[in-house]
Amino acid sequence: MTGYPSPVPRPGSGGRPLIVVPAWNEEASIASTIQDIRAALADIDILVVNDGSADQTGSLARATGATVLDLSYNLGVGGAMRAGFRYALAHGYDSVVQIDGDGQHDPRDVPALLTKLAEADVVIGTRFDANPEDYPVHGPRKWAMALLATVISRLAHTRLTDTTSGFRATGPRALPLYARYYPAEYLGDTVESLVIAIRAGCRIAQVPVTIRLRRHGQPSHSPRKATVYLFRAMLALLLALVRRWKVSVDAPGLAVVDR
Amino acid sequence: MSGYLVGVVGSVLILVGIFELLRRRQLSEKYAVLWLIVGLILLVLTIFPGLLTGLARVLGVAVPANLLFFVAIVFLVFVALHLSWELSRVEDETRKLAEDLALLRLELEEHKRDTQDG
Repeated sequence: MTGYPSPVPRPGSGGRPLIVVPAWNEEASIASTIQDIRAALADIDILVVNDGSADQTGSLARATGATVLDLSYNLGVGGAMRAGFRYALAHGYDSVVQIDGDGQHDPRDVPALLTKLAEADVVIGTRFDANPEDYPVHGPRKWAMALLATVISRLAHTRLTDTTSGFRATGPRALPLYARYYPAEYLGDTVESLVIAIRAGCRIAQVPVTIRLRRHGQPSHSPRKATVYLFRAMLALLLALVRRWKVSVDAPGLAVVDR
Repeated sequence: MSGYLVGVVGSVLILVGIFELLRRRQLSEKYAVLWLIVGLILLVLTIFPGLLTGLARVLGVAVPANLLFFVAIVFLVFVALHLSWELSRVEDETRKLAEDLALLRLELEEHKRDTQDG
């Protein structure tokens, strides 16, 4: 198993949340996304993880004054987020909120996510509870999301309606786990990450969030792509379920436990 | 009959091996699917040898085993090609990492020197 040396936490700077913005070729929206976060949340630290962008994402983010982590090459959302979690752990943050660089997540929902962290270790911002018309999904994509939600709800012993949402908060118990084991595969950052957290003994909760339509670029709605998505989602779920996760957040140093 | 049994047991063992690698997270998603399909086809063909004979007759191959060899060789050539392609990508990525690391080291040294001087 690939182990990473645990970063030494710096004392004295704890008790703060960190916003992590994974961004890949988001030069059209990255600056406004950061400005929106600043406008909604004063004095919050922002880390942009520039996921091997070929465009100006990195320099535009830096120009806003945010801390920018430049990955050497594209790792995908999962890889970018794990880099963010490791940064957060090494710099003494105790929670992380993921906000995508395309501006679809409304930073005004962040306080609700953070408040809910008092009761859970991972809080998902669900796009389905607020206003169904804000986030229309149909056909195979909808079935895939419903299947994932049903199975993961059962595992988590709580009702979860939107398990593929990237808008989520990670608390102090789940942070070291994710810094080490956050999956990088397709859909791993959303679906498998929840399964890992549940297997390791984390509590999952959700709060409704408002979703903003992408300002740049439209999500694909072609039936063929949606069907491929359905199959890949089922595969990702099956893989997540059969994989062994003998790890517990309560064991010292995330030691592998037998159970 | 005993040959049949050895074949089936062998195919099951291969499938179990693939599944176990997957479960221990030693195979990533993209490879896991490919080998699971191969394992399943292998198992079906060993349980129903008539399938291969029938398929060979339809395709006009005189000796059924030759059809198996032909398909296996073509498949393995593609796997080898795919692995070479993946390896080239990984080489590219490690080269990039080595360059980035060297540049970082230099930057750190220059930074240290500057702070000592200043």
